[in-house]
Amino acid sequence: MKLPVSLSVNGVNQSAEVEPRLLLVHYLRDHLGLTGTNVGCDTSQCGACTVMIDGQAVKSCTVLTVQADGSKVMTIEGLAANGKLHPVQQAFWDKHGLQCGFCTPGMIMTTCALIERNPKPTEAEVRHGLEGNLCRCTGYQNIVAAVQEAAARMKA
Amino acid sequence: MASRILGSAIKRREDPRLITGQARYTDDFVLPGMVYMSVVRSPYAHARIRGIDSSRAAAMPGVLGVFTGQQMKDAGFGPIPCAWVVPASDTKTPPYPPIAIDTVRYVGNAVAIVVAQDRYQARDAVEAVEVDYDPLPVTVDAFKATQKGAPQLHADVASNVCFHWKVSGGDVEAAFRDADVIVKDHIINQRLIPNAMEPRAALAQFSSASGEVTLWSTTQNPHIERFLLSIDTGTPEHKIRVIAPEVGGGFGSKLPHYPEAAMTIFASKMVNRPVKWTETRSENYHSTTHGRDHIQDVEIAAMKDGTITGLRARVWANLGAYLSTAAPGIPTILHGLMLSGVYTIPNIHEDVFGVFSNTTPVDAYRGAGRPEAVFMVETMVDRLARELKLDPVDVRRKNLIPPFQDGYTVATGLVYDSGNYEGALTKALQMADYPKLRLEQAEARKKGQYLGIGVCTYAEICGLGPSQVAGAVGFGGGLWESAIVRFHPSGKVHVMVGISPHGQGEETTFAQIVANELGVGVDDVEIMHGDTDQTPMGWGTYGSRSTAVGSGALMGAIKKIKEKATLITAHLLEAAPEDIDYADGKFFVKGSPDKFKTIQDVALMANVAWNMPKGVEPGLETSSFFDPPNFVYPFGAHIALVEVDVETGEVALKRYVAVDDCGKVINPMIVEGQIHGGIAQGVGQALYEGAVYDDQGQLLTGSMMDYAVPKAENFPNFELGMTETLTNVNPLGVKGIGETGTIASTPAVYNAVADALAPLGVKTLNMPLTPERVWRAIQEARS
Repeated sequence: MKLPVSLSVNGVNQSAEVEPRLLLVHYLRDHLGLTGTNVGCDTSQCGACTVMIDGQAVKSCTVLTVQADGSKVMTIEGLAANGKLHPVQQAFWDKHGLQCGFCTPGMIMTTCALIERNPKPTEAEVRHGLEGNLCRCTGYQNIVAAVQEAAARMKA
Repeated sequence: MASRILGSAIKRREDPRLITGQARYTDDFVLPGMVYMSVVRSPYAHARIRGIDSSRAAAMPGVLGVFTGQQMKDAGFGPIPCAWVVPASDTKTPPYPPIAIDTVRYVGNAVAIVVAQDRYQARDAVEAVEVDYDPLPVTVDAFKATQKGAPQLHADVASNVCFHWKVSGGDVEAAFRDADVIVKDHIINQRLIPNAMEPRAALAQFSSASGEVTLWSTTQNPHIERFLLSIDTGTPEHKIRVIAPEVGGGFGSKLPHYPEAAMTIFASKMVNRPVKWTETRSENYHSTTHGRDHIQDVEIAAMKDGTITGLRARVWANLGAYLSTAAPGIPTILHGLMLSGVYTIPNIHEDVFGVFSNTTPVDAYRGAGRPEAVFMVETMVDRLARELKLDPVDVRRKNLIPPFQDGYTVATGLVYDSGNYEGALTKALQMADYPKLRLEQAEARKKGQYLGIGVCTYAEICGLGPSQVAGAVGFGGGLWESAIVRFHPSGKVHVMVGISPHGQGEETTFAQIVANELGVGVDDVEIMHGDTDQTPMGWGTYGSRSTAVGSGALMGAIKKIKEKATLITAHLLEAAPEDIDYADGKFFVKGSPDKFKTIQDVALMANVAWNMPKGVEPGLETSSFFDPPNFVYPFGAHIALVEVDVETGEVALKRYVAVDDCGKVINPMIVEGQIHGGIAQGVGQALYEGAVYDDQGQLLTGSMMDYAVPKAENFPNFELGMTETLTNVNPLGVKGIGETGTIASTPAVYNAVADALAPLGVKTLNMPLTPERVWRAIQEARS
């Protein structure tokens, strides 16, 4: 049995018939070819698959595609506008907030939501705000610096 | 200009594709006709396979086939080879079938594979494969597995002892006989799960027309992968292309040659379609190699003034159920030979038993052997200091190897390249303001607060390494590196290298070297790696070797470019080659700097070849192979400050000071990033991480819900400092920096916690130092 879904992904309207069990992250990756969103675990711990659904940071491995019916989804591919990096992307680059890059799309999406909620986060608030996203390469220090840098730039 | 490029924090050239989602990891690739593989894995740690019924699975929607180990064997696929058989240790190498045929030996051992049209169908069908198991007794602990009556894993391996390796230097018996004091400990260096954020994946495409195999793989060393696949898949090496596209971290866990790579090739042959397999995280926990897992009995002999005169140890190293690619070399060569640490310990003896058990195979994990050595030595130095009521810094100073530049031979026979351990320690103590910290600690104790200060001074062996030594210690390959530098007519440059970075940033570092040496822009250089068809043979990225060894090859190729450019310039300017000098991208006549050709001029002329000197070939492309004369030995001093809540057992890491010396720094931003990440993983071992098996071999920490991968909140900002002691081992004087943080931080943090708890009489503490363990240790000491 397949169910119809209609949703907007990075501003493009999509309609499809999908199995009810199809995870959103697999819809994005395998059906739409948006492979920027990565899968790092199967228990919703790592946050690599974080996307925005209607402005909220959500782990797309824990959402069924049918649950996203009617919503607006944004992935890492939709963040840069008119060929210009989003300030969060730019800050991650400037501050060396990534190494292997696998957690990075999820980190960036979580950061966008974090700054939206708290435009001037302290170091402790950033560290707490990233508790749902794991990184094994950076020791988090430069990620924290990138988040604070992005927040400062977005305020300016 | 030149000097500014080398040593500057240039932003990484890898990043734009990674921050925009354009990077392509193995699982991102889709080929026409591609299907998916999923693996049936054993739920038992040890069992006979009585039968496999795949009929129900084979009939499910989308299923192209279900295949067993016997079928794989019948198709000509052999056992997985071990590539590091350490000599003089009587190492047993029992067969390691990629898919178990009659016996499973750990939970997660592959039993069959399913190939289906999509991921979901493949997973569904895995559930429907019925395997009839006859459970056997289980052993999981490296010491217990060697004892009488323990279940035996492999027919020809008595007491499960894969090897008994020894290292000896000096007269250790005399040292212990004449010692003023002997300090002993029983150390559990617990098993860790590497947790690269990208799970492993493999995508194989077999062409029946050409007999060629292309494998996209999450590997740290595509050329080794190709070499080993040529052994166990029966495919000739020139018919195999291995591509390591973007790889999402490895930390050693993507160094081994795994069964799944061979399985996807087998499956692709069977169904005549490209086949992709991507592990789930739970699968990763069970079937990707683990690290560490030592049981160590250690004792040191010393004099009353703190002079260490001997070290003796017996180690049981858990190898898991089968020998993974590099497994035997890790608790031996990379561990036992490092037991002198940074000290002048004249007498050393160690026995290492490599032991099979019903657990996931163990192989390299960041530091690989060296953390198990440095932790042993550094925690014992602190035990000695407590025993003698001396400051642990004073005991270190008493025993440090004095500064040296041209080699220092330790009792185990290694020749360290260069070091100034006192310099790094002094700087770290200054940065931490050690005397003040001790005062604060004393003040805090008056108030019932338990602060602890932990110091670690370390050196480690990396930049693996001279090939002659590799051969002598049983490594099944070479350890040199290669580079090709190719100038295009417009003066832009392609560099092809044999290393295979996966987060370490060598696309930037190596471009900086080329720009610095040849006067082109950093952005005019493209570094290509990770594809056996497009890059020269090389041995890959692990053991902090990529820059230490790879830059030697790059510098060799650059030197040849300069030599050829000198000949061409001399010809064009009608001067003698010996009268041509080079600086900042210009080849000029000595004494007449206005008479010059730029490297771009030379590149154009060499490529069009209209007017070349006699006997000089067209083109401007050189290649070089670099085999270092020695390993490199980075070093440093780390200091941790912790506070222990003695009511809850919770440990808070308050400050962390790290001074490291990796010789010449090419990009300080990247070096600092490597140190940050390394420290975090080492702190993870000290405080949070540990794989736990029950006595039936079930992995109780089998997912990220149960295994504590550290989070951002677990760390303070690390305070970094550097010293610079060049090495003579390679042209740039660089040492590796990928593993130092992990090696140093575990003992630094452990020592800090032990220091905090010493006034309470706590003597036994086992990692990870979770609140429960610390609390129990405190209760035990109080009772």
